[in-house]
Amino acid sequence: MKEIIIISGKGGTGKTSLVAAFSSLAENKVLCDADVDAADLHLIMEPAVVRGADFQSGNSAAINKDACTECGLCREMCRFDAISADYIVNPVDCEGCGVCVHFCPETAIDFPVNTCGEWFVSDTRFGPMVHARLGIAEENSGKLVTLVRQEARKLAEEKNLDLILTDGPPGVGCPVIASIGGASAVLIVTEPTVSGKHDMERVAQLAGHFKIPAMICVNKFDLNLELTRKIENYAKEKGLSCLGRIPFDPVFTKAMIQAQTVFEYDGQSTVGEAIRGTWQQLAENLELG
Amino acid sequence: MIISVASGKGGTGKTTVATNLALSIGSQVQLLDCDVEQPNAHLFIQPVFDRTETVTTPVPEIDLGKCTLCGKCGEICEFKAIVVVAETVLAFDELCHSCGGCMAVCPEDAITEKGRELGVLQKGHRNGIEFIHGKLRVGEAMSPPLIKEVLSYRDPAKLTIVDAPPGTSCPVIEAMKPADFVLLVTEPTPFGLYDLKLAVGAAKILDIPCGLVINRSDMGDQKVKEYAANENLPILMEIPFDRRIAEAYSRGDMIVDVMPEWKAKFMELFEKIKSQLN
Repeated sequence: MKEIIIISGKGGTGKTSLVAAFSSLAENKVLCDADVDAADLHLIMEPAVVRGADFQSGNSAAINKDACTECGLCREMCRFDAISADYIVNPVDCEGCGVCVHFCPETAIDFPVNTCGEWFVSDTRFGPMVHARLGIAEENSGKLVTLVRQEARKLAEEKNLDLILTDGPPGVGCPVIASIGGASAVLIVTEPTVSGKHDMERVAQLAGHFKIPAMICVNKFDLNLELTRKIENYAKEKGLSCLGRIPFDPVFTKAMIQAQTVFEYDGQSTVGEAIRGTWQQLAENLELG
Repeated sequence: MIISVASGKGGTGKTTVATNLALSIGSQVQLLDCDVEQPNAHLFIQPVFDRTETVTTPVPEIDLGKCTLCGKCGEICEFKAIVVVAETVLAFDELCHSCGGCMAVCPEDAITEKGRELGVLQKGHRNGIEFIHGKLRVGEAMSPPLIKEVLSYRDPAKLTIVDAPPGTSCPVIEAMKPADFVLLVTEPTPFGLYDLKLAVGAAKILDIPCGLVINRSDMGDQKVKEYAANENLPILMEIPFDRRIAEAYSRGDMIVDVMPEWKAKFMELFEKIKSQLN
């Protein structure tokens, strides 16, 4: 089984639109949205939820006012300044370390488990999909990413599918690290802007750090040809294969507004041809059947 | 005053708005780039950096000479970052949240703290703008402590503009938390709107007033405007799609440098934010 994660470093380079388009082309796959923090793939896939569950992870402190003597030890020991002067724990600041719970001389602090979000297994017109919703301002996005990836893998095994196509998060931090560990390869979707190049380089380094093979494609390549060439040269230097160039085209936005992939919106577009070529390269590199 | 520029969705134009706003206002401004995973503002501001420092977070260091292998450190740790196995103690620095619990609980005083490198913080300036950003070490997962460190450089005598990371989880909350006003940059697309609603939710949880900038305002539909009207969210600026802006951005040029007429529009944005706060 192969698992390919689409990442970008910089946000807004077209990851999700491209994953949606690939889902028209790929066969025998499970779709997975690992951008749990701002999940958007479902807006095109319109998944019908088959089953779902709460995502519980970590704990938060809660002070029992009746038992509290306001001795101040918890406030003194909390390194996250999460306890106010009137002894109320701010859930946004609480790290869930349990230090206050352990040291409270009156055992006046409870430590309930957090429900941080939900995850779903769904059916879509392109096959099964695993996705999630992290609660706003919640922590543990990395753990939720790990969970949706595990569920996608289970589903692929159950249904005898040989590919997991995953929409990854932007950045290089916790959720991205959780998204790419152990994957067959990552595809970095970048754009020819100084920030696109800068962020692509950092996420390519991250893939290298975890020894995950990385490939590159340049979206909106015609916005700045000189930078497109610089990005491709960088990729060659670092031994990353360049899968293709995709032109700037408002068809991406138009398709998104109709909740369609670019192929569904317009079967003949130039952008569609470029994506088809990119996908063929990717399938060859991954040796997909 | 602190203005945090956030978005939910990535690539909507946070950095464009934050940098052009800072440059338009010009004096008594500091720009703090808190998108420490992928800091980009320096590519546009091109500051002269005069200071770079390594930022660390405390993690346990165990003196095995004093340790009796009692296991209390492993019991208190919620993050499985320290554990007694066989005849030794193992610490997994990258899992440690720096709460200090193991050190406090150790009955033998066998635990002290050392620093684990999170990344670097750089300080510089351009045209009177004070510029600070953090850069997370590639391979490091934990960004909030580095964001906190960048924010600690806030100068209350100045206007502080914060370039926040995308999303709505802990790093964004960290970058929004101290703000007096959250400026949400969005685009009029289904992805833009969906993620905007999450970002508005985050501002509401923190109880901070917010307003919108709609970027590429003519490339999409009307649903962001309908949402803003229903939620009583002020639309403070619209930036239509203009290939000249896109190309300037691609090169790292500032809109206000390439198209100086935009300076007045960014000043107007600043005035509108101020009047929202009054």
